[in-house]
Amino acid sequence: MTLLSSRCRCSGTSIPAPFRGLLFLCALVLLLLSEAVEPLGASGSPGGAGDSSGGSHGLQKGCEADVTKSKHPTNRTKKPFPVLSFDYEHVKTPFEISLWVLLASLMKLGFHLIPRLSSIVPESCLLIVVGLLVGGLIKVVGETPPVLDSQVFFLFLLPPIILDAGYFLPIRPFSENLGTILMFAVVGTLWNSFFMGGLLYGVCQIKGTDLNTVNLLACLLFGSIISAVDPVAVLAVFEEIHINELLHILVFGESLLNDAVTVVLYHLFEEYAGVGSVSILDVFLGVVCFLVVALGGVLVGAFYGILAAFTSRFTSHTRVIEPLFVFVYSYMAYLSAEVFHLSGIMALIACGAVMRPYVEANISHKSHTTIKYFLKMWSSVSETLIFIFLGVSTVAGNHSWNWTFVTVTIILCLVSRVLGVVGLTYVINKFRIVKLTTKDQFIVAYGGLRGAIAFSLGYLLDKSHFPMRDMFLTAIITVIFFTVFVQGMTIRPLVDLLAVKKKQETKRSINEEIHTQFLDHLLTGIEDICGHYGHHHWKDKLNRFNKKYVKKCLIAGERSKEPQLIAFYHKMEMKQAIELVESGGGVKLPSAVPSTVSMQNIQPKKPPSDRAIPQISKGREEEIRKILRNNLQKTRQRLRSYNRHTLVADPYEDGWNDLLFKRQKLMEIEKKVMCVSVSLTHVPNWWLHSSDPQAYSSKPTSDDLPTIKVDLASPQSPDSVNLVNEFQKAATQNDPDDDGGLVMKVPFADKDQGEQDNKKEQQRLMRCLSDPGPGGDEEEDEPFLP
Amino acid sequence: MGVFHSAPYEHEFHALAEKTGFSLEQISILHKRFMQLSHNEDSLRREDFKTISDLASNPIRFQIIEAFFDKRNFRQNGEGSVEEISFEQFLTVMSHFRPVPVHTMTEEQRESLRREKLRFLFNMHDTDNDGTITLEEYRRVVEELLSRSGALGKETAKGIADAAMLEVASVSVGHMEPDEFYEGITFDHFLKILNGIEIETRMHIRFLNMDTTNLCK
Repeated sequence: MTLLSSRCRCSGTSIPAPFRGLLFLCALVLLLLSEAVEPLGASGSPGGAGDSSGGSHGLQKGCEADVTKSKHPTNRTKKPFPVLSFDYEHVKTPFEISLWVLLASLMKLGFHLIPRLSSIVPESCLLIVVGLLVGGLIKVVGETPPVLDSQVFFLFLLPPIILDAGYFLPIRPFSENLGTILMFAVVGTLWNSFFMGGLLYGVCQIKGTDLNTVNLLACLLFGSIISAVDPVAVLAVFEEIHINELLHILVFGESLLNDAVTVVLYHLFEEYAGVGSVSILDVFLGVVCFLVVALGGVLVGAFYGILAAFTSRFTSHTRVIEPLFVFVYSYMAYLSAEVFHLSGIMALIACGAVMRPYVEANISHKSHTTIKYFLKMWSSVSETLIFIFLGVSTVAGNHSWNWTFVTVTIILCLVSRVLGVVGLTYVINKFRIVKLTTKDQFIVAYGGLRGAIAFSLGYLLDKSHFPMRDMFLTAIITVIFFTVFVQGMTIRPLVDLLAVKKKQETKRSINEEIHTQFLDHLLTGIEDICGHYGHHHWKDKLNRFNKKYVKKCLIAGERSKEPQLIAFYHKMEMKQAIELVESGGGVKLPSAVPSTVSMQNIQPKKPPSDRAIPQISKGREEEIRKILRNNLQKTRQRLRSYNRHTLVADPYEDGWNDLLFKRQKLMEIEKKVMCVSVSLTHVPNWWLHSSDPQAYSSKPTSDDLPTIKVDLASPQSPDSVNLVNEFQKAATQNDPDDDGGLVMKVPFADKDQGEQDNKKEQQRLMRCLSDPGPGGDEEEDEPFLP
Repeated sequence: MGVFHSAPYEHEFHALAEKTGFSLEQISILHKRFMQLSHNEDSLRREDFKTISDLASNPIRFQIIEAFFDKRNFRQNGEGSVEEISFEQFLTVMSHFRPVPVHTMTEEQRESLRREKLRFLFNMHDTDNDGTITLEEYRRVVEELLSRSGALGKETAKGIADAAMLEVASVSVGHMEPDEFYEGITFDHFLKILNGIEIETRMHIRFLNMDTTNLCK
């Protein structure tokens, strides 16, 4: 609108041709408008024209005035043309939002520049402190500091974090521990709510405190708000302490799944707190509502997830907008669930988890990286903003401090959490094979942090129904501060003190992958032999159903048939190649366990007679083929048709791939030639020349070996001999710990020398700061139900 | 519930319970299953396993069936394979999959449990019983795993097996001259490479105390 108006104003100056049409159009529109607002325009014209501080509306008026002026000349004093004007109002909102985001990000930067701070204090605490400072500053200036608006929180700040969590949810441990997680989430939260609500009510009834106005339902409502473990806070703290996978997924899974319970309880109590009584029917309806909310949320999420997967099947020609589909479908899932008051969090988790295996098989590598980076970035910014706003809201809000209430709340929070966890674990351990030890229970109990969701839910309360809302908010904020500061700061030294098992940093090796699959099949087979349909049987059935029907539907092209082992293998090769380049490329192979083992050591020895013949023996040919096959970058999405043996390069590939490929090839040639005896006289011409990928065409072979045919017909060229000599020279200078042959990096070498110093850093700052690049530790590319 | 069918078996079951660690109910259920599979005879043959329809879609069914007839799994330090197995031997093989409360164990007990379970897997791979898994044997394992999964052919399986073998060699032996030859994966190397998958907590199935054998074939 501003644009239109400004164009209007310049109507006197010369304008390029295409804009004239636009100008005529806008003049027409404004003429029509001016018919209606002519009185306004005429009266406002002396002030409107030339006055920029009136903002867009003023400009509009001024424009109309101009237009009207052209039709009806009015008295208008001519002011000098304003060269520079100040107009803040019309960019106010986006400007402020950007300013906040910038502030949040700069804070984050700042923390990690201060050397020791981030190792002692978790980021969430620092951010809250910053928020407090900023809020205080704003108050000092005289403005009212903004409070964390619940709408903004639930619609804009929370979804990125949850989507990030859901998309990268480690499915295997999650599904293995689902029963435990559900128990903690549902029963645990219920226990917490009622225990706290009930006891608080009891305390409120004690004479001496002036809390008599708080009735039972209000107490229960408060209990339900405060008892839910918060995913944002848990993520923020647990990401930094690198606890073992089981505990992480237990606490985190609980924080995600208790949303359904919280939603139902909140609405139930809020609905009836005004009325003052809850009947048995309401309780029953509440239970039904819970099932509807939880399952409905999951179904909505799954539906959108399948839609997204299906859409991604067709995006091979429009790679650029692939990430958009992922984000928009997920957000739609969240919003759709919120429309029906279903659990938006569960919808988001379901959407991300369902769509991931299929989408990842369909999209390009770049889109995959984009999605990863964007999710991490958004969730990081969101989290930062949330904590800062918590701090600001603390300063901003009206507080009503009541010592009894607040202290009792904190104590009850701790007590109920501990009792809940201990009691539930006792029951759960009867059904678990891997029992939860006392240490585990302690961490689960201690890790139950409260956060911004509780605050936002409290903020949403209607003051007319709940006159004690301010007191509630104060208590909630105090509990949040307590859990985040005290528990958040002390959990790390406690984890070290108790020697809780930490996360394994090792990468999955191909052997482990093979045996995990083998074990799955073995256990399924044993179950079948035993004759009862157990856990593995159903998982296997689901996997087979997935493979047979779902994958065909949702995954484009040939990749739908690719077994998971092969996908893993390719991915591993790709990662190794990327690491090779990132480590500086070329000669020195990074490996923590230096080894000179090459393919040669594994292949059974060839009879010596093979060496005499003046052509490449089958064994050598095999090896060369293997090298080529293993080092040619056949990233899956780039091939139009997935075929391991066609090497048609994607014309849209950028030079990075070429460079990588060249380096690898060069390195391979060096190694290989060093190992290979001089009898290797025929080095194919095309192999030595520059790597135009188009040159590698697959030719059909007569035998059953792979179709990459080495062109043996080329005569021995002077080039080849020279090259051999050159490389032998270069090779002897190589490090003795280079791998010969295949670039099969040892799997336990997670970081190379260059990154060793960063390793500790990265461990700490994993989610927030570190580059979630290929070395990232999320499990990728698992089957639907691994 | 409570399937103490016939008295003659009872004292045998007690002895078996002592030996294998199963409970009496579990043993009687498994006995029922054994009878079902063997058509009420005293021994099971390979053909009897083939009647289990669910097993037909399992890619490694042959290895699994072989494992039941492999003397090395009978805990008697035998070698070779047999043609038919008795209920006791059936139960002994099954006992490798009995869930054990790991958290009450000491480190050594865990270690020995891990060894035992990995030994079972090792025996499944090492078909010629020479104590090492050669490249050929490993290739066969990967081929079998991929056999159900489709059409990508033996070459990929070979590539994967080679890569896996290289990995084991790199980790276990580390430094090898170009002329040396890595014979195969020994049991120690196998232990080392599979240290990360926590097999003692994963390789088990739940043996129920309730009789559900009527529900499935």
